[in-house]
Amino acid sequence: MSGQAKLSEKLPEKSIGRLPFAAPLGGALARLGLGPRALVIAIPTVWLLVFFLIPFVVVAKISLSEVAIARPPYLPLWEWQDGILSLSLNFGNYLFLASDPLYYSAFLESLTIAGFSTLFALLIGYPMAYMIARAPGGMRNILLMLVILPFWSSFLLRVYAWIGILKTNGVINHALMSIGLIDEPIVMMQTDFAVYVGIVYTYLPFMILPLYANLVKLDETLLEAASDLGAGSFTTFLTVTLPLSLPGIFAGSLLVFIPAVGEFVIPALLGGPDTLMIGKVLWNEFFSNRDWPVASAVAIAMLFVLVIPVMLLQKAQQSDGGHS
Amino acid sequence: MSEQASITESKPPESKPWIDDTQQPFIRIRNITKKFGEFIAVNNVSLDIYRGELFCLLGGSGCGKSTLLRMLSGFETPTSGAIEIDGQDMAGLAPHARPTNMMFQSYALFPHMSVEKNIAYGLHRDGLKRKEVNQRVSEILTLVQLSDFAKRKPSQLSGGQRQRVALARALVKKPKVLLLDEPLAALDKKLREETQFELVNIQETLGVTFIVVTHDQEEAMTLSTRIGVMNAGEIVQIGEPREIYEYPGSRFVADFIGSVNVFEGQVTEEDTDFVIIRSPEIKADIFVSHGVSCTSNQKVAYAIRPEKIRMSLERPKGVKNLLSGTVEEIAYMGNLSVYQVKLATGKIVRVTQPNLVRTDQNSITWEDEVSLTWDGAAGVVLTS
Ligand SMILES: Nc1ncnc2c1ncn2[C@@H]1O[C@H](COP(=O)(O)OP(=O)(O)OP(=O)(O)O)[C@@H](O)[C@H]1O
Ligand SMILES: [Mg+2]
Repeated sequence: MSGQAKLSEKLPEKSIGRLPFAAPLGGALARLGLGPRALVIAIPTVWLLVFFLIPFVVVAKISLSEVAIARPPYLPLWEWQDGILSLSLNFGNYLFLASDPLYYSAFLESLTIAGFSTLFALLIGYPMAYMIARAPGGMRNILLMLVILPFWSSFLLRVYAWIGILKTNGVINHALMSIGLIDEPIVMMQTDFAVYVGIVYTYLPFMILPLYANLVKLDETLLEAASDLGAGSFTTFLTVTLPLSLPGIFAGSLLVFIPAVGEFVIPALLGGPDTLMIGKVLWNEFFSNRDWPVASAVAIAMLFVLVIPVMLLQKAQQSDGGHS
Repeated sequence: MSEQASITESKPPESKPWIDDTQQPFIRIRNITKKFGEFIAVNNVSLDIYRGELFCLLGGSGCGKSTLLRMLSGFETPTSGAIEIDGQDMAGLAPHARPTNMMFQSYALFPHMSVEKNIAYGLHRDGLKRKEVNQRVSEILTLVQLSDFAKRKPSQLSGGQRQRVALARALVKKPKVLLLDEPLAALDKKLREETQFELVNIQETLGVTFIVVTHDQEEAMTLSTRIGVMNAGEIVQIGEPREIYEYPGSRFVADFIGSVNVFEGQVTEEDTDFVIIRSPEIKADIFVSHGVSCTSNQKVAYAIRPEKIRMSLERPKGVKNLLSGTVEEIAYMGNLSVYQVKLATGKIVRVTQPNLVRTDQNSITWEDEVSLTWDGAAGVVLTS
């Protein structure tokens, strides 16, 4: 800030209005054949490069190396020895993943839990998003605020709070026993049920918000047209509202499904020892076994398991509808 | 411009059920009022529409046309009053249970369905067999000349094509009444004019009763068997296009439909077959060659259309209605020219003249002294 102020002091009077930094930068870019348009594209490209592609390459590199008792705990991928570059790629980590059923079942369980959580979040989130989108103006903003409100407190705290609610002498059991509905407390903590509750609760806003954004745009005259042409309200929903909200369903489901697959904190805090999710496996490899290469291989494999179906889905969606 | 539009020939008398007392109206609207909170959008409207009519609701923005249409289709519930279609009371009937279909101003085509599916939508809702649905869809596609576009999505069509899909979708259900809310508003002028005639043709082929909402008076003139002019939630005049244009019942209607010169004045002589109005505005007496229901000394307005006034450089002799002034402004419109003539009193009179020849030689030009005259039956005396 102060640097900028000083610089502009030194500059002649006239050029101050013309953004002293942007002008030379823009000139330099223009000489490289990069106009303002290129600049607009360059910023997200650089961002993705630095924060996504480079870490990805690093992890991919580690996944192809061998574990070692060293610091960092793996062997380098290439070595210069007597002026000869020797490259040693080790696919053993991936073979190891394939041979040990632990990883396979952890993947499967993660996908199952994430899949069902997404389904539950959709079933709960859709009606909520629909009602918010149909609510009158002022009410709508209040309801949206309430959806976002949980983000104002720490995620960890909120998951801990669920322990207090779900545990054997927690809020739910206490309430049910005091009204005499049950005699014995129900065991909810450290079960898959608790994991589902935690994931659905945590990621519900990510389902509601894109759905809301889609549903609020829905042209109400389309619903009137359907009704005018003889459709009852349920048929109108099935034939008009639902198909038109597919992009919202798709976006919301991805936003819930993808982080849920790799979720670590929720199964660790709420799940039991036999809730085997890939995030937990990964954590164990990294920190308990200190096997970075295998941990990296797990991460890369997970990425492919997630990314490829998503890309296929997106492609299918693009080719089947020119609208959105 | 409007002079041209009004030329649409009136139908032969046998097809004018509204002047035949033995005919039963097909749609009866009785004292319909619609309030939004305290605001009265439609105020005590009563209207009879006959089978096979193409009735236009004409009025400025916000005068309640759409609201009236939406009450007919069932999207709004009247605050009071009753609607009857073909002898059936519409009270409490949901839109999908009514014998009406609506063509929406925005067309409201389903973006995720092809043209074909859009049109078939209503037929499937009626539970028709697939074979019959397909047949009726292809029939109506031929009628609106869209057979080649059946598989396209609405987003891949032009405005005019979308408009025809919307029309086809509403028509394919063979409703008793088709309601059209500004059906041509989204089209450009040329396409709109072509489509107007198409719309009339389709309406005549199918014999469905059409109620068309528009704020375009030319469109109303071209399309309709009768026009209902609305203002501030009320219907101020109902009549055939020629009637509305030539015999406006009030100053509002005279002003709204086409352009008009209005001279304020006072009745000085009043007889069974003539009336004389003294108008200080033009500093002249106006001779009206027919009786008018008014009293002596009553304040009235005299309305005369610009094309009914003759303009000449020489002063004609022995005529009753004669004014003189100077030409201030000339607007060349192609088929005719509009002149603004300033009288000695400062009053501006609009006069239109057809452009009979292609050159402007010998014609009246700026700053010319001209005489204006008109027949005793050319104008209308307005008492309200
Ligand atoms: N749902 C509503 N709530 C409150 N006021 C309304 C509602 N719908 C219409 N109005 C009001 O009623 C009046 C008539 O509306 P309407 O839509 O019938 O006008 P219109 O004649 O169709 O006008 P336009 O030519 O602009 O479409 C307007 O003043 C409008 O603001
Ligand atoms: Mg309207």
